[in-house]
Amino acid sequence: MELQPKMPKSWNLESKPHKFCPGCGHGMVLKALGQAIDELGIQDRVVFGCDIGCSLLSWDFFNVDTVQTHHGRTTPVLVGLKRANPDLIVVAYMGDGGGYAIGAQHLVNAANRNDRITAILCNNTNYAMTGGQMAPTTMPGQKTETTPYGRDIEEAGYPMLGPEMVAAITHEGAYVARGTVSKLRTLKGYLKKALENQIAGRGFSFVEALSTCPTNWRTNAEQTWAFLEDKMQGFFPVGELKVPAEAAGGASEG
Amino acid sequence: MSETSAKPVEGERKVFMTGNEAVCWAALAAGAEIMYGYPITPQNEIMHYWTRNVPKFGKRFLQTEDELSAGFTTIGGVLAGRRAFTATAGPGNVLMQDPLAMAEAMRIPVVVVIQQRGGPSTATVIYSQQEVTLTCFGGNGEGLRLVYSTSSHQDLYDYTIKAFNTAWKYRFPTFVLADGYQAKMRESLTIYDPAVRGIDMVPTEPFLGKPGRIGEGRKAAHLRNTYNIEEELFEVLEHDIADYERVAPEIVEYDSFSAEDCDLLVVAHGVVFRSAAMAVRELASQGKKIGYFRPITLRPFPQEQFRAAVAKAKMLLVAESAYGQLLKIVQQNLYGSTVPIRAMLKPGVGITPEEISDECTAILAGNPAHAGCPLAGAGAGWAS
Repeated sequence: MELQPKMPKSWNLESKPHKFCPGCGHGMVLKALGQAIDELGIQDRVVFGCDIGCSLLSWDFFNVDTVQTHHGRTTPVLVGLKRANPDLIVVAYMGDGGGYAIGAQHLVNAANRNDRITAILCNNTNYAMTGGQMAPTTMPGQKTETTPYGRDIEEAGYPMLGPEMVAAITHEGAYVARGTVSKLRTLKGYLKKALENQIAGRGFSFVEALSTCPTNWRTNAEQTWAFLEDKMQGFFPVGELKVPAEAAGGASEG
Repeated sequence: MSETSAKPVEGERKVFMTGNEAVCWAALAAGAEIMYGYPITPQNEIMHYWTRNVPKFGKRFLQTEDELSAGFTTIGGVLAGRRAFTATAGPGNVLMQDPLAMAEAMRIPVVVVIQQRGGPSTATVIYSQQEVTLTCFGGNGEGLRLVYSTSSHQDLYDYTIKAFNTAWKYRFPTFVLADGYQAKMRESLTIYDPAVRGIDMVPTEPFLGKPGRIGEGRKAAHLRNTYNIEEELFEVLEHDIADYERVAPEIVEYDSFSAEDCDLLVVAHGVVFRSAAMAVRELASQGKKIGYFRPITLRPFPQEQFRAAVAKAKMLLVAESAYGQLLKIVQQNLYGSTVPIRAMLKPGVGITPEEISDECTAILAGNPAHAGCPLAGAGAGWAS
């Protein structure tokens, strides 16, 4: 019997079904990434790094070389790896806490140095693994365990606009985009372009993926999708923010 | 990382240089390929000399955004199979415990040079021996690290080369622990190509990105430090601890000098050992029954050799530029021994041969100025 839908070749079948909660967006982001790796034929050259938090559940997700690191520190581990062996295609996979809070200095400096790495950040508006606390990306008014009455922007500020920040500080050759798991083929196109940017040696590439967390949002399927498409995509505009001239031409939908 | 044909150090030659420069030449001679670093005094010149030599010998350098990054990028370099290293001090050593805990957990052979400065916190940029506990036992782990405490520029050169070999042979994070005095002062030493001394460099290999196709030539590597259940972690730790205990006897190093029936054995490490050795040898030449014991490896500690040396002594004097960091290690390793211990504890301050000589003379005359042990209340140790 053939498995439907077909799993990407770069997936590790032994660790499937994966460890993420039902309805979690991580599996979708990682499927898009797996498809992009397959299409580029780079499985043997990729090193995938995952952070602390839910992203660490991907430590054996792919049939590619993988290293699980510390909270916020996936970016520097892969920067170090890439600097030491530029032939590798390195992917730093992290959550919004890892990229925008505890590891923000690494994201900012790797972006500014134009390190030839691909950073992928999963934005689900909360610290999910630790039980649903406020993240830098928590929406105004959103209830979390540490904002039980809703995120008060007077006290906790607005959600972090990560790709906008990265686009503002990067230089020629950088690729920056924000996708969403509700438009998976477009997201896959962004991930593929981000990897191609690294393969071409143009510069830093960064993709934020808007994702879902029904477990901590305490939402059913319909409410989950409504929060993603109406609330999140309303605040976090989806699209390409920075495309190197050589790579311009729109993300492939294929 | 193209290697140029010229070796950084040919044959051997006498030089006069700072300790930081000696570390740099040792790393070059050892075939280190990439350094990651962040500025902090007193280790800066290691980076300065390294960056000047980068283009000459086909090396690489990355100045990172902080010591967290310096440590984690060094891990990345090692995972790529390079002889990679970093250097830090004081508050930088504190930040570096995050990556070093990961290196410890995953048996990643990073090499770290620590040039101790005064603490806690910013304190002084000058000198101390207050990073012994942090370097040996920092992080949320069990201290599965290899720590060489150097006392001279020759040591800095010899043990920096050795650190790359022990790290890659045994796969534990390895430290060269020195201090601001050793970093900044100039003295003479002999630098050499390890090959002319018969030292073979332990080969390196990538942990990630090995050649070959996944599923054909090789399996994908899945490196992690996360475990789902207690027993799974325990199994890993049991294995690593057993490895550490097994190889410790091959790694431990020490230096000792003592008369039989020694009335007093002075225990010191690092640059304080030099003062101790000078004082002890002079007093011994005057006929005093005195000796010294210097642990060169603080982790693992040369317990067996130390206990044998102590067995011949009537009393110990522990001297260090910290408030009992070496002393605690000494006490732990002497558990069950009844030998009296006196301590000369001067946190953040250097100790001269004259001070040690005076203290030894006073102890031998039954009139010591410094505290007995265990550590008494506040103020004990440095009041004199």
